[in-house]
Amino acid sequence: MDLSRFNLITIATPLVLGAGVLLVMLVDLLSGRANRRPAQLAALAVVLAAAAVCLATWNTGGVSFFGQVSGDGFASFFNLIFLAVAFLVILAGPAYLERNAIHFGEYYSLVLVSVMGMAFMAAGTNLLVIFLGLETMSLALYVLAGFNPARQSSNEASLKYLLLGSFATGFLVFGIALVYGQIGSTDLARFSAYLAGAGDPFAGYMGAGVALLLIGLTFKMAVVPFHFWSPDVYDGAPTVVSAFMSAAPKAAAFAAALRIFYAPAESLGLPWERILWILAALTMTVGNLSALNQASIKRMLAYSSVAHAGYLLLGILAGNELGAAGILFYLASYVFMNVGAFTVAWMVNRRGEGRYDLGDFAQLGFRRPLLAAMMSVFMLGLIGIPPLAGFFGKLYVFTAAVQAGYVWLVVIAVLNSAVSVFYYLRVMVIMYMRENEALKDVDRIPATFAAVAACALMVILLGLIPGSVLDVARAAVASMP
Amino acid sequence: MGPLTLITFLPALGAAAIGLLPADNHKAIRWTAAAFTLAVLLISVMLIPQFSQTHTGINDVDGFQFVEKADWIPAFNISYFVGVDGLSFPMLLLTALLCFICIFVSWGIKKGVKGYFALFLLLETGMMGAFVSLDFFLFYVFWEIMLLPMYFLIGIWGGPRRVYAAIKFFIYTLVGSVLMLLVMLAFYFNVKDPVTGANTFNMLAMMDQANHSPWLNLFNVRVLLFFGLYIGFAIKVPVFPFHTWLPDAHVEAPTAISVILAGVLLKMGTYGLLRISFPILPDATHTFAWFLALMGAVNIIYGALCAMAQKDLKKLVAYSSISHMGYVMLGMASLTAAGINGAVFQMFNHGTVTAMLFILVGVIYDRAHHREINRFGGLANIMPKYMGISAVAFFAALGLPGMSAFISEAMVFLGAFPVFQVYTIIGISGIIITAGYVLWTVQRMFFGEGLKDEKYKGMSMEQIRVHLPEINGRELFTLIPLAAIVIYLGIWPHPVLGMMNASLVHLVELVKAAPVVTAGLF
Repeated sequence: MDLSRFNLITIATPLVLGAGVLLVMLVDLLSGRANRRPAQLAALAVVLAAAAVCLATWNTGGVSFFGQVSGDGFASFFNLIFLAVAFLVILAGPAYLERNAIHFGEYYSLVLVSVMGMAFMAAGTNLLVIFLGLETMSLALYVLAGFNPARQSSNEASLKYLLLGSFATGFLVFGIALVYGQIGSTDLARFSAYLAGAGDPFAGYMGAGVALLLIGLTFKMAVVPFHFWSPDVYDGAPTVVSAFMSAAPKAAAFAAALRIFYAPAESLGLPWERILWILAALTMTVGNLSALNQASIKRMLAYSSVAHAGYLLLGILAGNELGAAGILFYLASYVFMNVGAFTVAWMVNRRGEGRYDLGDFAQLGFRRPLLAAMMSVFMLGLIGIPPLAGFFGKLYVFTAAVQAGYVWLVVIAVLNSAVSVFYYLRVMVIMYMRENEALKDVDRIPATFAAVAACALMVILLGLIPGSVLDVARAAVASMP
Repeated sequence: MGPLTLITFLPALGAAAIGLLPADNHKAIRWTAAAFTLAVLLISVMLIPQFSQTHTGINDVDGFQFVEKADWIPAFNISYFVGVDGLSFPMLLLTALLCFICIFVSWGIKKGVKGYFALFLLLETGMMGAFVSLDFFLFYVFWEIMLLPMYFLIGIWGGPRRVYAAIKFFIYTLVGSVLMLLVMLAFYFNVKDPVTGANTFNMLAMMDQANHSPWLNLFNVRVLLFFGLYIGFAIKVPVFPFHTWLPDAHVEAPTAISVILAGVLLKMGTYGLLRISFPILPDATHTFAWFLALMGAVNIIYGALCAMAQKDLKKLVAYSSISHMGYVMLGMASLTAAGINGAVFQMFNHGTVTAMLFILVGVIYDRAHHREINRFGGLANIMPKYMGISAVAFFAALGLPGMSAFISEAMVFLGAFPVFQVYTIIGISGIIITAGYVLWTVQRMFFGEGLKDEKYKGMSMEQIRVHLPEINGRELFTLIPLAAIVIYLGIWPHPVLGMMNASLVHLVELVKAAPVVTAGLF
């Protein structure tokens, strides 16, 4: 037996995470019910260890396990994004969980399980591995969405996500089955080769197969018209979980989409272009227009993340190297803005879990200037004001789309960004310009504050060195088999 | 590190320094801001003797001075490329001067002192950066950096309707920047660097028509891009009908911010047209010069008529700015050496004169707590020194010979008349309306029976003087340098005109060499 076919380096990061899940459970069990701190510290240590392993094995894995997994730079890049998000929500989370009396040790292990699933989505070079990763991720998320059993909306979010999510995964599996029926394999290399060689890529079962794959993935990205779950789920789920869900799974879905469609994008031809064109235009427009009039910050951020999925689709549609690398950069900056914004949202929430009113932000600029300044950084980054990271993400993806000839779509996207200014700016107006109301003070929570500060710092930093980060992303894309 | 980098980033450093100071130590914060703006002003002034008046600049890399160039985002050929020529150098000096003065105008700010001065310094970085950038992308970044501090400064420290005014300002400006962004990307994808062959954001490469792609050579495309840029810049100038944000923003903004808004930010619009639209799209500019002249004439008359109708003194000054920027438009549209020199000189002069006017409005508002012209009267008796310095400012705004604005307006008309007779005649008639509203305002405020305000009824002169004390030393300190410059340049304009002449003549030749396209446009 050839041992090199089982090169564990390729899956070193998810392996560490898997072992870490067991460790965290054990630590939680031993430390007793009253004290969850050891579990949190263990989870943080696991994430750091996984990140260290990820950096140490950066782009050294190669394809292994009979061509089913690739430990290339692409997987490493995404792993680092997932781990960063996990680190932040684990660092920031306890204060929130304690406030709502739901501080269970499972929170940490579920986050880690979910990240392990994502790591397989980013590393899979076989449709089935991607599917398994997606399911592992989703199962953990279904539980996390319902993590507050005492609140009805949390249960509703969990159930809604489970039902709709299961349907979407059903589509994905069906798509995989149809693809298998046509080409007799679920291997992505065979998939791309078949499409490149076929005269009409949509002949036979392939058309339906590709369409179903697309539905399964766009559901996870929250692309219009498969986005209806996202505002309800983000709104109902505990906010620390919303922060996690709006960032990491979206990145994972885009990782999987790039794995599957990056190489064949050229060969899929006109119908594919039209579908994606319409999806992208619809997604950003519907997302932005719906976000305009939300009174709840959580719903506003949910719709904003729909809109961002639309911008990101441009990179997939472009199908060129810059588009793919642009998506990587975009996601690397987007996750920090979203995690930061959601975290600030629950920090300043003063009317209880049921009401995340934008009015909570009134006068924040004067009562907690630093916190308000960081929230401004996230809002401005989401708008895409230079020189923050969000601007360069958009610039790269839009540029790639222009290079691929989608000029009008980019015009739509830029106009959409202009529309989005209105609702992002409203948060800042409320923070700095609304008159004082008698509101409870915002708690000072050092660990959570540190997490938010780290997010803000990353948004600024990525904006100052966008060139070198893009180079890393480009190398990551080039390393895909 | 060269002087331009220093000028651009010293204020940002100052903002960081203020960030470290304790929030309640107002004195230290103010003096830190003053020190940093003074340093910028001193460096700028020290550059004057080194600045060569014979270098051309515009599209000639060797004509630029104090050039610095470094890679920023090599993947997109975006570089940190800065330099000045005769077009940007006067603007740079104006910005440095007004920023220093405005720190003292802001001395009385009480709310959120730390945030105010930090944002103000950040704004200076944005403005300086925009004036020195020679890379379109860099220009765009600084352009956006200007937007945010301005938004906060109006929205937090402004008057009663500040939120409305700030959002209106932000949305108008952002629409302009979005259009500019689209045009910028269109240029980027259709301009090849002559050396490397890659797409580039370098403005000088964009100005060389040989680097343009065939698509960019289609005249219809060029017209489209020209008007995209035009709207982006016209919002900033502001040119009718994009001007409606300006009166709101000015009325609500605190005094120093009005000064910066009128003194520097409006010039960004005309500066952008001259720096970007004119040399990159000379044929479209040459073809549609009549349109710019028409809009200039409309601005002059419309702004002046609106100013005449205002009851609020600050609104009056705001509309007079619209009118005065019309002269700039008319002068640069003429594409003659006299006209364009007059236009840029008018940009400089309007900066100093309007700054004085806004400071004077602030002075009286601080005392009377209102700005209604009709409720004043007889101020010449109550505040004679204030009257004296106001007279200088108002007569400068009116274009009285011996003041700097007279020279620039006369040059604009001299240059424009041979080219656009009708528009110039319309524009010159605007001077009469200007004289009308200026004199009428002076008469209502300073002369006559006395204050027409119920509040002061039956008070003796001494009692009124308690309410309306004479202009103080700090306020005079902010006004006298400006008045001195206005009078000095009115008598001897050469120091500024000499700086810009070579560059502007070169720019005119560049645009005039391009053909006027009349056939096949639509």
